[in-house]
Amino acid sequence: MSLVSVRNLTRIFDVSKPWLNRVIERRPRALLTAVSDLSFEIEERTVYALVGESGSGKSTIGKMLVGLLGPSDGVVDIRGVDLSRETDAEKVDAVRADIQMIFQDPFASLNPRWRVRDIIVEPVAARGGETAGLAERLLEQVGLSARDAGKFPHEFSGGQRQRICIARALASEPKLIVCDEPTSALDVSVQAQVLNLMSDLKDEFGLTYLFISHDLTVVQHMADRIGVLYLGRLVEEAAPSELFEDPKHPYTQMLLAAAPKLDGFGREVAPPTGEIPDPINPPPGCAYNPRCPLAQALCREERPVLRNVGGARVACHMVD
Amino acid sequence: MSAPTLSIRDLTVDIPTRHGVLRPVSGVSYDIAPGEILGVVGESGAGKSMAGNAVIGLLSPPAHISAGEIHLNGTRIDPLKGEAMRRLRGKEIGMVFQDPLTSLNPLLKIGDQLSETMLAHLDISQSEARTRAIAALDEVGIPGAAQRVDSYPHEFSGGMRQRVVIALALCAEPSLIIADEPTTALDVSVQAQIIALLKRLCRERATAVMLITHDMGVIAEACDRVAVMYAGKLAELGPVREVLSAPLHPYTDGLMGSTPLASRGKDRLHQIPGAMPRLDSLPTGCAFHPRCPRASDQCRVDPGPAIEDGAGRAACFFPINREAVA
Repeated sequence: MSLVSVRNLTRIFDVSKPWLNRVIERRPRALLTAVSDLSFEIEERTVYALVGESGSGKSTIGKMLVGLLGPSDGVVDIRGVDLSRETDAEKVDAVRADIQMIFQDPFASLNPRWRVRDIIVEPVAARGGETAGLAERLLEQVGLSARDAGKFPHEFSGGQRQRICIARALASEPKLIVCDEPTSALDVSVQAQVLNLMSDLKDEFGLTYLFISHDLTVVQHMADRIGVLYLGRLVEEAAPSELFEDPKHPYTQMLLAAAPKLDGFGREVAPPTGEIPDPINPPPGCAYNPRCPLAQALCREERPVLRNVGGARVACHMVD
Repeated sequence: MSAPTLSIRDLTVDIPTRHGVLRPVSGVSYDIAPGEILGVVGESGAGKSMAGNAVIGLLSPPAHISAGEIHLNGTRIDPLKGEAMRRLRGKEIGMVFQDPLTSLNPLLKIGDQLSETMLAHLDISQSEARTRAIAALDEVGIPGAAQRVDSYPHEFSGGMRQRVVIALALCAEPSLIIADEPTTALDVSVQAQIIALLKRLCRERATAVMLITHDMGVIAEACDRVAVMYAGKLAELGPVREVLSAPLHPYTDGLMGSTPLASRGKDRLHQIPGAMPRLDSLPTGCAFHPRCPRASDQCRVDPGPAIEDGAGRAACFFPINREAVA
């Protein structure tokens, strides 16, 4: 059974100017569709990765999953409970306790005035749980020392802080951890340490990750299933081996070709053209059509739906 | 090979503090030939940006060059101060920073920013400067350059802004460009565009480029040679193909091993234990020895053989012998 089921999820932000300015300047409301009609499922004890460039809505999805943002439309269903519509507070709380999040910037996500011990036990203490010795045990589990519990965040390096964030996420024994670019702020050698740690913990605690990243190589290393986002829409979803060996959507193909390769010495490829369109006025039809080499008249009129193609799901009119 | 555009010899940067002198860059030597792209790679705190700032004279006090020489086109530039350095900056050395939004003036039209730079360094008229500004924008691939020249920086996207910054760096036709993490703030597809642009422009004008980055993939695709820095010292220097595919220094090898790769599948990543040492507590001998699998007693006392450009690729007593492994 899948742990998380996201159906037709949509999130629209109102980015209009204030009411008075709109009246005086005769401007219409500006609505930014960050996530548009998105559906996917995450199986228990797997890693589902979302990749996309900036503005593709990947962080918004993560926030909606943990409940930091409400959806404009659609359903986030976690273990059979729809968090945004469920009215039974007890049920919601039980599910909430199963979800934790790891953020990108380990410098901004730890309170500088709290000791590490207090930071780590907070998710448990907030629910009135038993916290004696918990911080010390978790610190050793993430590769730090039990003595570090009495220190403040500024005494640690970036990689060590991310370990503290991971320890905090583990404290309430969650089932699902949403990781929003957990290693983007870290150096390569430290990134390797953190990724290895996350893999180990996943096996040890039976965790499920939603792994959000822009880095294709990291995603390929971590994920069991990858969803590629473009302008808030899922354009392709497949297992890593399939996605990287046989990308079907033209956007995925472009993304893979553009990523720098470690063995691409002096590689001369025509760089991709164009940029991500304005999400306030997305192009009609397929969002990728202005940059797509395969685009036909149909692509400019009708938005493609996700279809099963082999073991993948692809949203493209031109793929067989 | 022709005479190098930039030649750095034993460059050392010191920061005096109350608790002693910190040394973020220590005895670094390398050359960059005209038209060559030298990649400077390393993790945060390795001193790669500090070395770049030393060349262009942008070290913020109390950091200063305490030893070594920097030669640009045969002229020694490290003792230059104030006005003399300012004439050089922009004219002979162009700079591209990581964040394109903060390196442009938000209150000036981009055309005016380009003209200002050209008027300061070249002997041309106002109208000629404007014509050249449009040509420069056109060259870096900004569509409708004649109209966009009167736009403000906030009207451009991140990738387009970085193109403007590159146009700005190149407009006085410098012989050296220092690009400090030029694509780190950009998306993959835009990054590919900017790297291709930088490569093309530098080849056409025979401009030497110092490309500072932490991304090994960018180094592999853009650079001719690469300098790997660790704790302020050069760890390895050589042609990019050799250094990346057959690293000699254990640190370079560790860096390559910890990068996730398709061919490695889902195995555990190779880990370099520990972290980069802090500048106020550098280990004795080779700074990498506490993390190095090959370290011996000699490494704990002796900092290792120095790299002279052209000879000796790795600053290591026990470089990885590829033949023995294979």
